[in-house]
Amino acid sequence: MIEEIGTTPEGELIINVGPQHPSTHGVLHLVITLSGETIRKVEPHLGYIHRSIEKMCESLTYRQFIYVTSRMDYLSAHINNHACALVVEKGLQIEVPARAQVIRVLMDELTRVASHELWWGSMAMDLGAFTPFFHAFRERESINEIMEETCGARLTMNYMVPGGVVQDIHPNFQKKVKAFLQLYKLKIHEYDELVTGNIIFQNRMKGVGIIKPEDALSYGVTGPAARGSGLSCDVRKIYPYEIYDKLDFEEVLETAGDSFARYMVRIREMQQSIRIIEQLIDNIPEGDFQAKTKAVLKLPKGDYYTRVETARGELGVYIVSEGGTTPYRIKFRSPGFSNLSILDHIARGSKLGDLVAMMGTLDLVIPDIDR
Amino acid sequence: MWSFNHIANSIHVWLNANFNPTWTLIFEMVIAGVAVIGLFAGLGLVLVIMERKVAAWIQIRLGPNRVGPKGLLQSLADTLKLLVKEGLTPNGADKFLFNLAPFIAMIVAMLLMAPIAFAKDFQLWDLNIGVLYISAISSIMVISILMAGWASNNKYSLMGAMRSGAQIVSYELSAGLSVLAIVVLTGSMSINDIIYSQADGWWIFKGHIPVIIAFVVFIIAVTAETNRAPFDLAEAESELTAGFHTEYSGMKFALFFLAEYINVFIVCALGATLFLGGWMPFHIGNWEGFNHVMDYIPSSIWFFGKTFFMIFLIMWFRWTFPRLRIDQLLNLEWKYLLPISMFNLLLVTLIAIMKWHF
Repeated sequence: MIEEIGTTPEGELIINVGPQHPSTHGVLHLVITLSGETIRKVEPHLGYIHRSIEKMCESLTYRQFIYVTSRMDYLSAHINNHACALVVEKGLQIEVPARAQVIRVLMDELTRVASHELWWGSMAMDLGAFTPFFHAFRERESINEIMEETCGARLTMNYMVPGGVVQDIHPNFQKKVKAFLQLYKLKIHEYDELVTGNIIFQNRMKGVGIIKPEDALSYGVTGPAARGSGLSCDVRKIYPYEIYDKLDFEEVLETAGDSFARYMVRIREMQQSIRIIEQLIDNIPEGDFQAKTKAVLKLPKGDYYTRVETARGELGVYIVSEGGTTPYRIKFRSPGFSNLSILDHIARGSKLGDLVAMMGTLDLVIPDIDR
Repeated sequence: MWSFNHIANSIHVWLNANFNPTWTLIFEMVIAGVAVIGLFAGLGLVLVIMERKVAAWIQIRLGPNRVGPKGLLQSLADTLKLLVKEGLTPNGADKFLFNLAPFIAMIVAMLLMAPIAFAKDFQLWDLNIGVLYISAISSIMVISILMAGWASNNKYSLMGAMRSGAQIVSYELSAGLSVLAIVVLTGSMSINDIIYSQADGWWIFKGHIPVIIAFVVFIIAVTAETNRAPFDLAEAESELTAGFHTEYSGMKFALFFLAEYINVFIVCALGATLFLGGWMPFHIGNWEGFNHVMDYIPSSIWFFGKTFFMIFLIMWFRWTFPRLRIDQLLNLEWKYLLPISMFNLLLVTLIAIMKWHF
């Protein structure tokens, strides 16, 4: 790649954004070709945080490999664990108790809110506003405290296991979640006042980085990034798992397809998650938090696939089993990788400052892309 | 009351009595130099800690609170750290220009302090074209930024410098035109004359809506000129890592950093002088009693109060707004601010000719 660094024959400037750069939020390396301030080409280079999680999983048992997946998309660790637990349960046909199902959905939605909070803060930071980050972290902190009490960890929770959850919820759980809901409703208007309604912010976001629905489909973009283009792709609605089909919530869709639409999808999605939490928090059924399972899990020979909706899009887990205690082959379909692939397509012709805004609205988590 | 001239005279007399004229001149130069450098460093430290405290207050956190009482010595400790840090010059950089650029930035900031009136009769140099002098000198700042960006041999620096060039050259126009509004009303470019013309009320109250428009345009333009958010495209942390001073470290970086804060102080002092009466206390027309009561508050407190109010405004902007994009930045200037301030200048001229102001 050495010969690429410099300028092109046409006199265009080639710049390395990353792997250490404030707005790539990790170790993403983009080689961008610039003509003045205008972007001609964006070429993502991956591999700086590749830990070969998929290969590692092949030597871990069906109980163990779930813990590694917390380190993929660390902002929605619960949902990653959930996907892996689901695929093992599917293979072994384990019935998950109703209590565990509700707890799982509650945790998923809390994770989604926390993840979107962090995204909101760092999104504003990408555009040069520092203050929203601290406001977002104030609310996120109370979610982290809830997680800490119940799961014993704040970031990589490892709470969901095949058959249910590791341990029952903390006695304070319901009280704290309700306190969080109150805090959130009290503070949510600040988000709109500080960022959404800001004229500079709207001018920066509207009409840039437009993803057409057909492009989203062909690049495999999922999650809020695709729903901003009006593409209905919420796994919770289309292939409901756990108790999502019994819940009353909307799939958030925007039609403009620009950065602002993706921004609004996430803001409104937080409110839908809050709605789900409100429905469930007083209705956690009594019963076991974990189904009785064998000490050693062995998936029957065959291949299994499940998908869940993480905060960033569709996470698929594909396991090929030879009937042993460890998977023969495992493959994750991570949302970040497909979402990143459209960056070059939408960034061409826009300004350098917009590239940062687009990366922000795609909500890239680099360890999820590299695994 | 002791005034600047009084102090200067007594020092001069004392030195003349004890030394021969050559040594007197040398000592006076040294004293003036030390005073300016001290003011430069002192103001820089105060503004840095103020910025951090204001930011912390806006961002619901405490800010620096470990070094000294309530963390007030934090910026001193940081300066010490920067002083002992190695000043690197990157490979392939133009060594002469690279090392010259921070000093030009500092010299410009120091020169700009000359005509500022810090209190009644406390002014280093009351030249009759004070406002023009400030506009002229402050535009040299862009040369040091361009120099730093070009000499660094870094593409981020180069882009930051190019952005900064386009930005400062554009916004000089609006800043200049809004300053001209006051010059037209006063009929003088001397800082002292402008302050004395506000003895019966500050221009922002006397000059009707056109002066208020000029004030708003002035604040926007100087925020852009000093490369502060939301116009901090030259640094643009999330896009260009640190813009034009990416490659600078140690004291060379500190000089840029201090120069930025001193420039903020200068433009705020200029704004306070032009629109809010400088050190002139709050006077209302010919209400003798009221004006007399106001005079009891020392003039330096009036000056620094107004200046720091404006600095607070600019800091508030920085911690609230997202950054503009380069094309939006230039659109704002050339399509909105420049026509508005040109038309506004006509209105102000009309007011000045017809003597409609109070």
